[in-house]
Amino acid sequence: MASLSETHIRERLHDLRVLWRRVWAYPVTPAIMALVLVLCIGLTFPGEKPIVYGDDGQEMQLPAAFHKWTTHRDTLRLVSVYGILACGMTVVIITAGIDLSVGSVLGLTAVCFPLLLMYFHWPPVLAVCGTLAIGTVCGLVSGGITAVFRIQPFIVTLAMMVFARGLAKAVTGGKKAPLYIQSEDGTIHYPPVVQAIRTRWFDDNLAVVTVVFLISALITWILLSRLRWGRYLYAIGGNEQAARLSGVPVAASKILAYALAGLFSAVAGICQAAQETNGDPEAGATYELTAIAIVVIGGTNLMGGSGGIGLTVLGALTIGYIQKILSINQVPEAWRLMLTGIIIVAAVLVQRRRA
Amino acid sequence: MTSLTETDLAPAASTSLVDVRGVSKSFGATRALIKGNFDVRPGEVHVLAGENGAGKSTLIKILGGVHRPDAGTVCRDGAPISFRSPREAMAAGVSVIHQELSLIPTMSVMDNIMLGREHSVLGFMTRESQRAFVDGALARIGLAIDPDRLLGSLPVGAQQMIEICKALSTGSGSRLIIMDEPTSALTEPEVERLFTAIAGLKADGCGIIYITHKLEEVYRIADRITVLRDGQHVITAPVDAMPANELIRHMVGRPLAEQIKRRAPLPGVTVLTALGLTVIDRTVHSDAAASPDGTRRVRVSPMNLTVRAGEIVGLAGLQGSGAGDVLAAVFGALDSRYAVHGSMTLAGRSYIPQSPGRAIANGVALLTSDRHRTGFVPAMSIRANTSLAALQTVSPLGWLLMARERALADAVIQTLRVRAQAMTVPITTLSGGNQQKIVLAKWMCTSPRLLLLDEPTRGVDVGAKHEIYELMNQWTEQGMGILLITSEMPELLAMADRIVVMHRGRVMDVMTRNQADAERIIHAAMGGEINGIAE
Ligand SMILES: Nc1ncnc2c1ncn2[C@@H]1O[C@H](COP(=O)(O)OP(=O)(O)OP(=O)(O)O)[C@@H](O)[C@H]1O
Ligand SMILES: [Mg+2]
Repeated sequence: MASLSETHIRERLHDLRVLWRRVWAYPVTPAIMALVLVLCIGLTFPGEKPIVYGDDGQEMQLPAAFHKWTTHRDTLRLVSVYGILACGMTVVIITAGIDLSVGSVLGLTAVCFPLLLMYFHWPPVLAVCGTLAIGTVCGLVSGGITAVFRIQPFIVTLAMMVFARGLAKAVTGGKKAPLYIQSEDGTIHYPPVVQAIRTRWFDDNLAVVTVVFLISALITWILLSRLRWGRYLYAIGGNEQAARLSGVPVAASKILAYALAGLFSAVAGICQAAQETNGDPEAGATYELTAIAIVVIGGTNLMGGSGGIGLTVLGALTIGYIQKILSINQVPEAWRLMLTGIIIVAAVLVQRRRA
Repeated sequence: MTSLTETDLAPAASTSLVDVRGVSKSFGATRALIKGNFDVRPGEVHVLAGENGAGKSTLIKILGGVHRPDAGTVCRDGAPISFRSPREAMAAGVSVIHQELSLIPTMSVMDNIMLGREHSVLGFMTRESQRAFVDGALARIGLAIDPDRLLGSLPVGAQQMIEICKALSTGSGSRLIIMDEPTSALTEPEVERLFTAIAGLKADGCGIIYITHKLEEVYRIADRITVLRDGQHVITAPVDAMPANELIRHMVGRPLAEQIKRRAPLPGVTVLTALGLTVIDRTVHSDAAASPDGTRRVRVSPMNLTVRAGEIVGLAGLQGSGAGDVLAAVFGALDSRYAVHGSMTLAGRSYIPQSPGRAIANGVALLTSDRHRTGFVPAMSIRANTSLAALQTVSPLGWLLMARERALADAVIQTLRVRAQAMTVPITTLSGGNQQKIVLAKWMCTSPRLLLLDEPTRGVDVGAKHEIYELMNQWTEQGMGILLITSEMPELLAMADRIVVMHRGRVMDVMTRNQADAERIIHAAMGGEINGIAE
C-alpha cells in the first residue's frame, strides 16, 4: 500500500517535471522569469515611504514609490525611447548582425528634426518624414556596406556611429537646436507636432512616446512573423549559406534590416527631441548599449537566427524596472552602474537553458 | 526484482569493452531509446542498424557522454560508469566520430586534430612534437593533406577523414571507437583506407561500433549486428546468422524488395543544354598541372551536357572531379571567386544562372551534399525549413499566408513520410535521415523541372532510400529532368539512364545505362583512357 502511493507520488512528480520542461521550452518563459525576478526585487526594496504632516499636524505615511501607479507609468515612459531603438536592434540581431550606430543616428535625427521644422520652416509632416528619411539613409549606408562589401557589421556600424555623431555636431555647430519659440514677453510656445509628441494622454497616464514604442513593436512583430522578409531574416541569421542556396536575397534582406534600424533610430530621435524640447547633438550616447542589453535580456540570441519582438518588449520592461528600482532607492550613480551590470548577467543566467 | 532480470540478461560481462543494459532516453514526448541492450567485445566490429530515427545516434551519444540516460546502466570493462561530458568519455578511452562533423572550419588540420589535447610544456604548445604526432596520425590512414591547411578549405570528404583521423589517434590500448555513418561523405578510395584502419584497430583489440545504412559495408566489416527499431532492441546476432533480406526485415519490420527498379519513361523535350560549360577558379593563377590536394585553375574544362525531361543523368567522378562544380554552376551558386563560361538553355530558352534565386524562379533546384552547412537552417522549424525555397508562392506581395504555407509544406512532408513529433519543432530534433528528407521536401515544394541532386540518399535508411528512388521514378514520369551525383555505385547504376564520368574537370566517358558497368565507370573516373566519347 505504502509503496503504491509512493509510486503514485513519483509518477506525479515525473508528470510535473515533464510539464515544467514543456513550459520552460517556450522562449518567453525565461524572459518573463527575468522580469518577475526584477519585480520581486522592486517589491523587496520599494523605496522609502515619505512622511508628510497633514493640516492637523498628524503624521501621515504615503505609500512607497514602488507601490504607486505613477512609478510604473514613468518606468514605461522612460524606457520607451530605448525600446524603440531595441525594435530595430532586434531585427538586425536576428540576422546575426549588430548595429552600434543607433544611438548616434538618434542624436543626428534629433538635431535634424528642429533644423527642418524650425529653421527651414518645413511643414510638420514633411519635417517628420524628412527626419525619418535621414535615419533610414544612415541604415541603408551601413547595411549596404555590410552586405555588398562583406565587412563585419560591428566595424561598419562602429564607423557609422562615429560619423553620425560628428555629422550631428557639424549640423548645429555643437549647440542644441531649440524646438520652441520664445515670444517677447518670455512665454514659450511649442509647435503643434512637438506638443503632440510631448503630451501624455488620460490624465498624464499614457505618454505618446509609449504609444509610439508599442506601435513600433507591433510593426516589427508584423514584419518578423507575417512577412516573407521576416522569415528571410531568420534564415539568414540561422544559416546564411543555406539561405542563399534556397534563393533568399541575402544582401537585399540585410540592407533592409539595417535601414529599418535606422528608421527606428530616427523615430526615437524625434521622440527624444520633442520630449526635451530641443535637439541635442549629444543625445543618445551609449543608448545603443542599452538597446543591445534589452534585446539580449529578452532572450534574442546574439548569434542570430532566433528571438522575437515579444521578448524585446519584456526585455525593455526588465531594463526599465532595473533602472527605476535603483533610482527610487536612491542608489548612488557608481553603485547603480555596478548593480546594473550584475543584474544583467544574472537575468541572462536565469534564462540560459540546460540541455 | 528488476536487478534480478538485469543480471539474468548480462552475458559474461567481464569480456565486454562496454555493456549497455536497459538504457532509456526520451526527448520530451519522443521516446528515442527504450531499454536498449548492447555490448561490444574487444576486437570486434559491432554494427548498429535500424531505420532513420530508430535511436542509433541516441545510443552512441549516451556512450560518448553527450546525453545522459534516463534509466539503465552502462558498464565499461565491467564497472558501471556515467559520463557527464564528451571529455570524460574520451578520457575513458571512448572516441566517437559523430554523424555531424564536429570540427572547427577556421582552424588548421593540425589544430583540429590536437584540439583538447595539445602537447605543451608549461602551457606553451610544442609545435614540433605536435607536428610529428599529426604527421604520424595522418600517415596511418594514408592521408596526404598538409596539416597547416585550413580545415574549412577542404572538401567534405577530406574533412570527414580528418574527423576519423582525430578519433583514431586518441589514447591507446583496449579502446572503444564509435563511428556514426563515417562513410556517408567519403569516396571509394577513402572508404578503403578507413576499412584498412579498422582492420588494424581490430588487431589491436579495440572494439568498434559502426553505424551505417549501406548494406555492402555491413557485410564487409561486421562481426555482429544489432538492430534497433522505434527505439527498441530487436535482435543481436553474428553476421553469418543474418543475411541481408533478414536484416532488412528486422529493420523495416516487413520484407522489402532489395532491388532498386528504375522505370525510365521515354525521354521528352530537352530541359537543359549546356555548351562549352567552363568553370575557372580566379584565385588560382597557374595553369600548370595542379597541386595534389585538388586546387586547380580550371575546375571544369569546356563540356557539353544535355538533360531531357524524364531522364536521370548521372555525373560520376571521384573527389575533385568537378561534378559538384557543374551542379553549382547550373544553379548559379558559385560566388565571384569562380568564373563560369559557356551558354545554357533551359526548356528551350536561353538561361544565365546568376543567382540561386533566379535559378529557382526558372525551375531549377539543387540539393547540396552537405545538409548541415548548406542544406537547412538549424534554428528554424521543420515546416519553415520545408517552405523556405518556395516562400514566394505562399506570400503574394510579401505577406505570408500561414495556412497556405502549412498546406504546401505538410503535404510534401507527408509524401516523404517524415517521422516527427510536430512540424513546429526545430529541424535539429530530427534524426539525420529525416533531416535529409526535409531538405528534399524543400525542393519538392518549388516543383522544379530540373532537379540537381548531390548525394540525395546520404544518411537515409534502406526503406527511405527505396521511397526516394520511387519518388525519382514518379518525378521523371511527370516530366522532370534529374542530374544526379552519387558516390554509391549501385545507386548510380540502378537509377541513371545516362552516365557522364568526369576526372579532374574533364569528361572522360559517357555511357548509356545498358553500356554502364562499375569497372568502366571507375576506370574512367580514375582518369583512364577514353573509351570513345559519345559527345
Ligand atoms: N535533441 C533531440 N530533441 C528531440 N528529439 C530528438 C533529439 N535527438 C533525437 N531525437 C529524436 O529521437 C529519435 C531517435 O533519433 P536518432 O538520432 O537516435 O536516430 P538514428 O537512429 O540515429 O537515425 P538516423 O539513421 O536517421 O541518423 C528521433 O525520433 C529523433 O527525432
Ligand atoms: Mg543517426
